[in-house]
Amino acid sequence: MADPKEAIKEKSMIIQKEMLAKQFSDLSKAKELGKKVVYTFVPGNLTELILAFDMLPVYPEINALQSGMRKKSGGYIKDAEKMGYSEDVCTYVKCDIGMMLNGNIGPTGEKLPSPDLLLLSYTGCFTFLKWFENLERLYPGVPVAMLHTPYQEDGKITKEQVDYMVKQLKEEVIPKFEQVTGNIYDPERLSKMLENSVTAEEYWVKILEMAKNKPSPIDAYFAGVYYMGPINTAFRGTDECVEYYKELYKEVNERVKNGLLPVNPEGEMKEERFRLVVEGPPNWTNFREFWKIFYDMGAVIVASTYTKVGGLYDTGFRHNPAEPLESLAKYCMGCYTNLNLPQRVDLIEKYIKEYKADGFLINSIKSCNSFSAGQLMIMRQIEQRTGVPVGFIESDLVDPRYFSYANIKNRLESYFQMLEQRKIILKQEEETV
Amino acid sequence: MKSLETILNECEHLAFDLNFTRAKEWKAGDKNRILVGYLPIYVPREIIHAAKGLPVGIMGAGDRKQIIKGDAYYQSYICHLPRGIIEMALDINLNDFDGFMFPAICDCVRNLSGMFKLSKKGKFQRYFDYPQNFDPFIGGVFYEQEMEKVMDDMYAINKVKVTDDALYQAIELYNVNRNLIEEIYDIRQQYPWRLSAVETYHILRAGITIPVEEHNELLKQVVEHISKERGEPMDNIRVVVSGSFCEQPPIGLIKSIEMAGCYIVDDDFMLGSRWIQGDINRNITPLKALTDAYINQSTFSSAFYDVGNPKGKRLVNLAKKRYADGVIFSAASFCDPALLDRPQMQKECDEAQIPHINFQFHENTGQFKVIKEQAGTFSDSIKLWA
Repeated sequence: MADPKEAIKEKSMIIQKEMLAKQFSDLSKAKELGKKVVYTFVPGNLTELILAFDMLPVYPEINALQSGMRKKSGGYIKDAEKMGYSEDVCTYVKCDIGMMLNGNIGPTGEKLPSPDLLLLSYTGCFTFLKWFENLERLYPGVPVAMLHTPYQEDGKITKEQVDYMVKQLKEEVIPKFEQVTGNIYDPERLSKMLENSVTAEEYWVKILEMAKNKPSPIDAYFAGVYYMGPINTAFRGTDECVEYYKELYKEVNERVKNGLLPVNPEGEMKEERFRLVVEGPPNWTNFREFWKIFYDMGAVIVASTYTKVGGLYDTGFRHNPAEPLESLAKYCMGCYTNLNLPQRVDLIEKYIKEYKADGFLINSIKSCNSFSAGQLMIMRQIEQRTGVPVGFIESDLVDPRYFSYANIKNRLESYFQMLEQRKIILKQEEETV
Repeated sequence: MKSLETILNECEHLAFDLNFTRAKEWKAGDKNRILVGYLPIYVPREIIHAAKGLPVGIMGAGDRKQIIKGDAYYQSYICHLPRGIIEMALDINLNDFDGFMFPAICDCVRNLSGMFKLSKKGKFQRYFDYPQNFDPFIGGVFYEQEMEKVMDDMYAINKVKVTDDALYQAIELYNVNRNLIEEIYDIRQQYPWRLSAVETYHILRAGITIPVEEHNELLKQVVEHISKERGEPMDNIRVVVSGSFCEQPPIGLIKSIEMAGCYIVDDDFMLGSRWIQGDINRNITPLKALTDAYINQSTFSSAFYDVGNPKGKRLVNLAKKRYADGVIFSAASFCDPALLDRPQMQKECDEAQIPHINFQFHENTGQFKVIKEQAGTFSDSIKLWA
């Protein structure tokens, strides 16, 4: 077995690392390169449009989670709290503000450029709105483009909602992009990028669905958060993004052919004991310890909702190059946290059934009401509808004060015992029949 | 005319009748009548009135109901308001309500709309998505469509078609209502001892549980009573309380601030009843008038996008308008909107040299000693050194 301190990386992860290194290097040289920088959010991101204007996107959520993984977030959060931010509020926001107060150094150690534009794609999370109102005060004079994404209140996307968003894109967002960059909106360039998006989305869905195999060749949560990186952030619409998913698909396909299990930081899993569906974001401050509890127990996450925050493609949505702005609107409205609660329950139920999961687990995040409020009801509904054992743990995104390893481990061990017990009972029942 | 004491007793009872007895009695008076519950902050109540409905504000269970089931639906780090409301929904309190509106103010209230859907509580459960775009041709159009959805929801129940005449009548009634409330606040600005903040709160909260016609009658009588001298002026400072626009503070908290030597000359406790500033125009089509009012005449709160018109500045202006000596930031625990706004709003107060303090509460907070001491020290420091 490899040294546990040295994480084992799949080839696709190395490719992604290089993509990210280039991205942050470009960001650190943005001013020299004459590139304008736009800060925006992952859910409902308009990456193709941003790139079509030759701007560089920065995602404060990603900075925050990277800070969490690099053990920097605790200090940043405390600095923001000293400024008056309450202990009760979203730690992504506090981490981002704390990072800014400490020189805005990005994950590669290079300074991130200040924004030329704040693109408030207000999708699925009310706190985004507060976050950028705060940034607007902290970066005085930087324009804000607001894109309000209507919630899927009735469990569907209506024509009126699409029209509302397209009007905002045409009259609020694109004019601000033009004003900041001096470039003119080029619909053909956007459509071309959307063609790439569609190709990447096709590969992404195929990759996710590989987890229907028994054993699953991927972990769709802990490894899934890496896999989703390019398509959910700065690369969707690019050739590199297509190449990444093509490579990843090839790699996962090989694993299926060879009957291999997912790779984790300590190597390849040897046994798939439990197949789980997970709801909610992971904890980032203790990400590896958290993951280890699962793979040590032979638990594989076969589907997760968190990997759908930046776009929900496995229910059929694809960007449409023929209707670029309408398609961006529908993409935004389709992101997971913009679904209403009954839709979320239906989706989880579908995952449990289609991926033949043994259990359903919620990682409830203190900082994230968008996910967390209502999760206890989701849990009851899923239990009633599917009969699978449900588990519930609590942690936080990037505040290390809210990650209690012993508590989480205890709860998970009990949960896995319950799953084991159920398997024995089901087997006995099968034999009796 | 009733005595003020009688009115105040009635209002206190109505404000905290979590069974909404008066609203249910009203509904029983006609088979076409419907009850539509709405959560904080604001909904255009006029459209409900015009559809033969009674809009009923559901401001939470406060400290008046023991939470048993509600706690099983919410994690400890989520504010108290939704757990009280789900408790009421799972109990009998909200029986006879036909539908519910959940204004787009935060993720907790948004997801509560889904919990009502999953529980099949009421015949409709409408998340009322406020546009955060304030261009009348973009956000305005969207807002009008949102109102139409609610009208369709109500029509499906009682088959009452909302007419322009009915809407104009409702607009007029609510214009009167808001004017009378503002008159009370204006009188209190000059003579805050004539009606305490607690009494004012009871009067406003009672108003969201009864027909607007009845509330207008009560308000008129209150205005008449407090236009005459009542009570004794005290050596108190004058404060604006900000941050309690959704989950409501317990009465004990408001009382503690007053007893600590602070006249609350403005607040955002029952903000929905005061949301629209000034009259709604009756000279254009009624839905357009309601839309224009939302776009152009809304007051400020943490639930609304404010770039271009920052709420910190608007709070400072309000404090100046009311000749306030200070601002008390009083937000519910775990209220992301209010608490994320607080640092920047405090900064605005600092720049305007307006002293301020802050604390957090739950709607069922039972201990006020610390808050009273904090408010008392604040009051003393202003009296001694301001």
